[in-house]
Amino acid sequence: MSLLEVKDLGIAFGGLRAVGNFHINIEPNDLIGLIGPNGAGKTTIFNLLTGVYLPTEGEIILTNENIVGKAPYQIVQKGIARTFQNIRLFKELSVIDNVKIAFHHKMNYPILSGIFRFPSYWKEEKQIDKKARQLLDLFQMEHLANTTAKNLPYGQQRKLEIARALATDPKLLLLDEPAAGMNPQETKELMETIHFIRHQFNIAILLIEHDMNLVMGICEKIVVVDYGMIIAAGTPDEIKTNPKVIGAYLGE
Amino acid sequence: MKQSIQYLINIFSIIILYILLFFLIQTGILSSYYSGILILIGINIILATSLNLATGFLGQLALGHAGFMAIGAYASAIFTMHFNVSSTIGFIVSLLLGGIISGIFGIIIGIPALRLKGDYLAIITLGFGEIIRIIITNLELTGGAKGLTGITRLTNFHITFWITVVVVTLLYTFVHSRHGRAVLAIRENEIAAEAVGVPTTYYKIFAFALAAFFAGVGGGLYAHHIRTLMPTTFRFIYSVEILVIVVLGGMGSFTGSILAAIVLTILPEALRDLADYRMLIYSIALILMMIFRPEGFLGTRELSLSKLFLNHKVKKEGGKTQ
Repeated sequence: MSLLEVKDLGIAFGGLRAVGNFHINIEPNDLIGLIGPNGAGKTTIFNLLTGVYLPTEGEIILTNENIVGKAPYQIVQKGIARTFQNIRLFKELSVIDNVKIAFHHKMNYPILSGIFRFPSYWKEEKQIDKKARQLLDLFQMEHLANTTAKNLPYGQQRKLEIARALATDPKLLLLDEPAAGMNPQETKELMETIHFIRHQFNIAILLIEHDMNLVMGICEKIVVVDYGMIIAAGTPDEIKTNPKVIGAYLGE
Repeated sequence: MKQSIQYLINIFSIIILYILLFFLIQTGILSSYYSGILILIGINIILATSLNLATGFLGQLALGHAGFMAIGAYASAIFTMHFNVSSTIGFIVSLLLGGIISGIFGIIIGIPALRLKGDYLAIITLGFGEIIRIIITNLELTGGAKGLTGITRLTNFHITFWITVVVVTLLYTFVHSRHGRAVLAIRENEIAAEAVGVPTTYYKIFAFALAAFFAGVGGGLYAHHIRTLMPTTFRFIYSVEILVIVVLGGMGSFTGSILAAIVLTILPEALRDLADYRMLIYSIALILMMIFRPEGFLGTRELSLSKLFLNHKVKKEGGKTQ
């Protein structure tokens, strides 16, 4: 059974059909790359999958349930987490608070219990503090727990955003250009991090990336879109030699 | 362990402050004029900290706080007048009632208003604040434009002091729970908050309604202190005055709001001798503040008594060993 099954997904903004006939099958623990020229509709596809945009057609089935029409926060609770192309951290908050916020829907104590600090407040807060620190430790960031997020170096901010997405306990992680703005050394570390996440957390990853070394290096399957339509799909070697892909990137 | 020491220090300081003020009032060193100012300070602290929840912590610029205060003031005053309340418990019930009605209006207004952001939200909340005032002006129940007179004097220093303590404590513990973190996340980045599973609409409306609830409680205290309610008191300029306290103290700092409420309540009174010049000085003080310290007294930091004490102790001990 597929983890995620997308059929005939499409969205039109007025007369502009940004995405059409998009389909993909993601199995648990897949690592798939989504590539295409600028403006091809890759981030729009992410926004459709995470509920930011309501598709005008098609179905998104996550483990046998159609999630079309659900709010973004509900889709997160069902198991799809994402990062953003331009980093969106809670900048003025500490690193650990960034992670703790992502545990929000896993916590249960009600508002009154929080205000009057009943035992459930202390118990859950203690648990979450431990869990958040463990997660940061996996990313070698535990020592930065009390640093304000905006003061982290760029590469660490990217890493924190991934850690925060993982805190929501996803089955599928969507990474939107994780290597954007990174130098070759940082990109190399990122590739290792992605490998590590996939095995440590046993999740599927779908990533948008322009860095071909990264995409070809780690993805088992690649989907290429242009003008909102899939023009090719297959293994990295098939994609490299596909004339349509070369045409889309370099012109005929 | 450390947490309980902090609690002890805070509780102890509050009790000391209470005893001190109680003693000064009892012996007549602080005249009734001064205890009146103390009550106003308490009311302004309640209004400013509650507005800070909506503006500083949730990050939504709201300009209708005086409207919510008016709802609470009229509701609790009508309640005590109708039932001839003279006991403290009855008064507290009336304050809660005022708060709840104000909170309900907070929800009703929040649902459409919080779809907007920034200056648009400011304008729409300003509009709602004015609508509330105009409705009050035209209702018979509220005494219309003549105002509501003959309210029993039920607010005193003691009740104001303890209600202020309770309000600030509840706001503080709310912000430091998982729900408060969700509210902060919305301020920092709404899209990211939604993307990590925070139901943003729910928390925006909840925080807004909670702010309205406490504004209503503050209004109830105000009504039973001044004893005459005029719709013109709750004009939008009053909302702006509360906002000035919040901005001056630091958006996102409760202790900042407390400090600023104290300073901005005393300053106009202290400058009373200068008559015509006092509003000028007040305004210049604000302008200078915004130029040299735009983040307010404390920014988003909180002043911590326990840190003050504990750091001092550490320094002392450090000195001994050397």
